Amino acid sequence: MPEAKPNSSGAAASATEAPRFEPRIIAFFCNWCTYLAADLAGTSRMKYAPNVRVIRIMCSGRVDPQFVLDAFAQGADGVLIGGCHPGDCHYQEGNYKTLRRYLLLKRLLQQMGIEEERLRLEWISASEADRLRNAMNDMVEKVRALGPLHLRSAEEEVFAEEVVV
Amino acid sequence: MDPANTNKASTGGTGVYVCHCGTNIAGIVDVHVVVEYAATLPSVAIARDYKYLCSTPGQELIKQDIHEHGIDRVVVAACSPCLHEKTFRKAIADAGLNPYFVQIVNLREHDSWVHTDHTAATQKAMDLIRAAVRRVRIHKPLNPKRVSVHPDVLVVGGGIAGIHAALTLADAGKHVYLVERDATIGGHMAMFDKTFPTLDCAACILTPKMTAVQAHPKITLWTLSEVTQVDGYVGNYKVTVKRKPRFVLEDACVGCMECIEACVYKQAKVPDEFNMYLGKRKPIYIPFPQAVPQVVVIDPETCIEFKSGKCKKTCVEVCADRKAIDFHQPEKIETIDVGTIILATGFYTFNAKRIPYYGYGTYPNVYTALEVERLVNSAGPTGGEIVLRDGRRPKAVGIVHCVGSRDENTNRYCSRVCCMYSLKLAHLIKERSEAEVFNFYIDMRTPGKGFEEFYNRVAEEGTHFIRGRVADIYPDPQDQGRLLMCAEDTLMGVICKVPVDMVILATGLEPQPDAQEIRRRFHITCSMEGFFLERHPKLAPVSTFTDGVFLAGCCQGPKDIPDTVAQAGAAAAEALALIDAGYVEQEPYTASVLEEECSGCKTCIPICPYQAITLLEDKKKANINEVLCKGCGTCVAACPSGSIQQNFFEDQEIFAEIEGLLSYA
Repeated sequence: MPEAKPNSSGAAASATEAPRFEPRIIAFFCNWCTYLAADLAGTSRMKYAPNVRVIRIMCSGRVDPQFVLDAFAQGADGVLIGGCHPGDCHYQEGNYKTLRRYLLLKRLLQQMGIEEERLRLEWISASEADRLRNAMNDMVEKVRALGPLHLRSAEEEVFAEEVVV
Repeated sequence: MDPANTNKASTGGTGVYVCHCGTNIAGIVDVHVVVEYAATLPSVAIARDYKYLCSTPGQELIKQDIHEHGIDRVVVAACSPCLHEKTFRKAIADAGLNPYFVQIVNLREHDSWVHTDHTAATQKAMDLIRAAVRRVRIHKPLNPKRVSVHPDVLVVGGGIAGIHAALTLADAGKHVYLVERDATIGGHMAMFDKTFPTLDCAACILTPKMTAVQAHPKITLWTLSEVTQVDGYVGNYKVTVKRKPRFVLEDACVGCMECIEACVYKQAKVPDEFNMYLGKRKPIYIPFPQAVPQVVVIDPETCIEFKSGKCKKTCVEVCADRKAIDFHQPEKIETIDVGTIILATGFYTFNAKRIPYYGYGTYPNVYTALEVERLVNSAGPTGGEIVLRDGRRPKAVGIVHCVGSRDENTNRYCSRVCCMYSLKLAHLIKERSEAEVFNFYIDMRTPGKGFEEFYNRVAEEGTHFIRGRVADIYPDPQDQGRLLMCAEDTLMGVICKVPVDMVILATGLEPQPDAQEIRRRFHITCSMEGFFLERHPKLAPVSTFTDGVFLAGCCQGPKDIPDTVAQAGAAAAEALALIDAGYVEQEPYTASVLEEECSGCKTCIPICPYQAITLLEDKKKANINEVLCKGCGTCVAACPSGSIQQNFFEDQEIFAEIEGLLSYA
């Protein structure tokens, strides 16, 4: 039940209105570009939404589509993948592999009834802390607007449709 | 202690250590709540917080718990793993655990420094720790890989930084390849007249080092050369260098320069790059008298023989038996093996045309500072006389500070050297022409040994200082040939218009125009403004994120000559440290194939960018060459049967992290 999630920003909610939906977002950041950009955002004391939880990997090419699917299955409302800009990959071309998998994965997610804004791929270099902050904030706002991911009911809808056809 | 012998069975529970980092973490994250929560997590035997975990007593705390309470896995929630992962790995290895049995949680850079909401930040800290506790339980024992380090060094760029680094290494007995793009080494420093604040003659202190490079048996100097490709990894780089033809054979030319005299061009007609196009040279020339190597060079763009093939070739005639001139000299590609690389590719001066209201390129008497360096240089186009383009001698000179620096429209950073070189030029101009000099500055920045004293000295000499950014420069309607410099004097609170004969734009320092290409070639990163990024601004100022590649001089950011030389020495020392150790330890994050599960589908083989995967023909199984594997993990993600695993980033380790983050235990 997604409604049972604890509200990670309880302070924002007032007694009179319903607490604002705080999406849970899992991020996979490559060790050389986006993770460093997130470190730089820290050392630059930039502020962004506290909803994203980062998992460090060596290359965005390590992101197995199963990681994304597992994250959604475990209750994530969105998944953000961060890698080096095309041509800048520390491992030459891992990010191109990421891009290919990402595009296919998006189509798969669509078939599962998961809105495409819930999965996002961003190229953020080690110096682009501002870009990282904007991506984090934008992702949180977009997913907040979509509301919680009712993965189970979405699956049932697709199933029902298939049965009718 | 050999960590391989210390892989205890996982029975002792996990220790969770939350660092306050003073108030850096504890100011936002409620560490006591986090520790209490961590203590309730499955497998956690001990949860503690500490003011500074990276300190010796902090590390001792962890070691003591390993000894006394037998914990066998450690979670450290502190700063970014980029900073102290190694520290804590070493600490637990000292206490007898495998170094890879620790997981770092980035509570500072990724949490307390970027959030303001205490509740949300504390919740995030708890989530991250929960994931790390789950993950660390299934960590497998690993040992770092050792690779040998080739003793040769590549230094890219032959300015003062590259020269100093190359000489330091060569004096230590290491073989150095010094690759320079231009026809001579010396860089920007060779163009300067005097150096601040001591007013040493730049050539007098630089040229001995240049000739030392030429004469050093341990230095291979390649001018007119560029690095085109870098393969390999720390200790074992394979570098391809393109050596462009000089059309004069370096071994045969003795530097007599008779060919220059004999050139069919009786007058020098080609604008001279070294003199900032203020002087002229011939198509066959030597950049400046003390150039190293002392070998002439032919410019194929302007040489008649190259353009029409119908030249009398008087240069070849006069060279006679030496036969040094070769119009058909081919481009050469060299491949070298080096263990370490020092990048000293320097800077680019800001293009003053980007600020149109200063009139550079429009009004002939607006100069850039580098042009004036050549004008005041006694080896320059005017022999050190300060003569304007129209032949007049200036009676009043205005210097505009911060051109292309500290400006929202161009570069926001301070170029660090402009205030000081402006003072130096003011002094030299007063000394040589007795002109009045007006400095238009925003702030005088003279932080350095003897710098403030130099500022006072120039001020006492009668140079005028006007605090204000120049807003406009235009011809004086009353007096043609003069320029009016318009600025608000912010100390007096008045708008002033100062008539001058000559304007000097103190242009800032920018990254080389091809800095992005260079950094891709060397697999390093650039900072926001485009200079090469150092590994840590304070503690690793000459290292990069690519092991074995170091930085020296202005390619890392604007700096003066003393700082550049200091950094070049530091880069040389870092390279020496690697070479003398003879080996370097690398993360063991390589991938390997679980043979019993591999179906031999070959999906992984074309995906590997390093050709590290082959199919074992007899077994029909994929096989990963551990030496070639760099540990990106792309093949792991691609394997359809899940039969490739990456050390430290195994599927189940990442699943544990995902599930840990999202479980609301």
